[in-house]
Amino acid sequence: MTEETALKPLPIELRLALSDMFERYGEAVDDGEFQRWPEFFTDDCLYRVTSRENHAAGLSHADLHCEGLAMVRDRADALSDSTVYEPRAMRHIIAMPRAGLAAGGWIEARTNFLVVEALSDDDPQVCMSGIYLDVVVPQAGDLRFRQRLCVYDNYRIRTSLVHPV
Amino acid sequence: MEQAQAIDTTRLRGGQRWPEEGFTRVPSWIYADENLYRRELDRFFGGDAWCFVGFECELPRVGSFRRTWMGERQVVVVRDEDGINVVENRCAHRNAAICWKNAGEVKELTCPYHQWSYSLKGELQGVPLRRGVHGQGGMPADFDPGRHGLRKLRVAVRGGTIWATFSDTAPAFADYCGAELTARFDRIFPGKPLRVTGYSRQLIPSNWKLYLENSRDPYHATLLHTFFITFGLFRADNEHLTSPVQGGRHSSNYAISAGRKVTSETAQMKRFSHGLQLRDMELVGHRDEFGDRQNTALQIFPSVFIQQHANVLAIRHIIPRGVDKVELSWTFFGYEDDDAQLRRLRCKQANLVGPGGVVSLEDSELLKQLQTNVRGYPESTAFVEMGGTDVKTQYSMATEVGIRAFYDFYRREMGV
Repeated sequence: MTEETALKPLPIELRLALSDMFERYGEAVDDGEFQRWPEFFTDDCLYRVTSRENHAAGLSHADLHCEGLAMVRDRADALSDSTVYEPRAMRHIIAMPRAGLAAGGWIEARTNFLVVEALSDDDPQVCMSGIYLDVVVPQAGDLRFRQRLCVYDNYRIRTSLVHPV
Repeated sequence: MEQAQAIDTTRLRGGQRWPEEGFTRVPSWIYADENLYRRELDRFFGGDAWCFVGFECELPRVGSFRRTWMGERQVVVVRDEDGINVVENRCAHRNAAICWKNAGEVKELTCPYHQWSYSLKGELQGVPLRRGVHGQGGMPADFDPGRHGLRKLRVAVRGGTIWATFSDTAPAFADYCGAELTARFDRIFPGKPLRVTGYSRQLIPSNWKLYLENSRDPYHATLLHTFFITFGLFRADNEHLTSPVQGGRHSSNYAISAGRKVTSETAQMKRFSHGLQLRDMELVGHRDEFGDRQNTALQIFPSVFIQQHANVLAIRHIIPRGVDKVELSWTFFGYEDDDAQLRRLRCKQANLVGPGGVVSLEDSELLKQLQTNVRGYPESTAFVEMGGTDVKTQYSMATEVGIRAFYDFYRREMGV
């Protein structure tokens, strides 16, 4: 992210489009429609899920690390077709983004999130809380993530991280 | 090594006996018994065992510290002018934790409660109001600070990794591991400067022994894990060695990468997926950096599982958190002299393992299901005769010898 002072206020229609994209994203991953998930990313995207601890220390490892759309699609395929996991109901609660327009024409946004999961034999519990650090660009009349860093607050992941954040 | 303890028969309820077949059966009650769990913590994590506590490169300067865990006991690993010290994270005064952060840098160790302060070696240096106030209060005249330091643990450093034990009688670290395991260990930690690439942690709702078994069980890896099977990293027709070490205390496995090929055995692997195609093959692209095409997995009991799967290197630190919970704390690492390609491969291939790894998440998901059933059916037993009924090294993945050997060792140690 560049310095926030360099960001210009986001026009209201872009702000609405951004919020709408975030809600559609949350719906796709919550519904387990993993093949819809890569549609939100650019070809040259970077998608990472990592702890606050790793992020603050600038460490390269992340729990999920996808460099480029090919890796995002590979994970979507693995979750859809091959990986064995317990069924669960997921719920993304996504806050209002704090976003601005960079001089290069892309949107930079910081957005709090809460992910709640209900396993097949249990009640909903907090899976993860954290912040999205996004770079969003216009593409084909819609918006796409060029970067989505999901930086979570958890000390530990509860059992497994199955659905994308 | 200590002698096995006698069985406390007053503690055994009906059915809490080991099946008479011996180590080819594993009774489910051992995963849910609180009393047995407490004895395991004392005997293994608090006894004659070396536990992993960190990497030297995590403590770059004098005063650098990390908090870590040996079973349920928290300890502080800290560097001073003379090297690495490991002390209990427990004030000698009232047992309060001294370090509340997971890592940082300090000049001395000071307890927040009453500000007793200790040197980086754990020696007591300062006790506020020791002489009292206006002639009142204070410590007795015979108070001897030399007798109230932090409890200091024995420390071993090998190839950049740090180990500690509460025991004065445990053999030296290399003897504890034995020659075979030490050679496997030195392959990964030859003394080249290490580089920690990051951490992952997960809390799995299962008894810690179920995790130990899972990582000593190549049989499941050939069947459950589609990625391993399809891309040949661990597969039943690999050249493979499963070796119990030091009487079943530790274990060492390795497999030679087979690559993606169809053989007579793949027909029996339901999860061999002809259709599974990756768009980015670097996820499973094994660059043969050790020159032996091996994928390796070693367990240094009780605290770690060390894995090299293709080019992703990690120490999985096993931290029991109650009889039915185990924390896995993963430290991913590489070497300082890694080139750009190796750095990228380690980062990408980490998607195979860890809490969100397309291979490892299958294990954590499975372990939750196992724990539910060992609790619900405490009278049940597991049957582990794949590969025979003995505990000898086997050159196959179709074997449960690792589990049999572990329970051979475990029963002797625990007297059950």
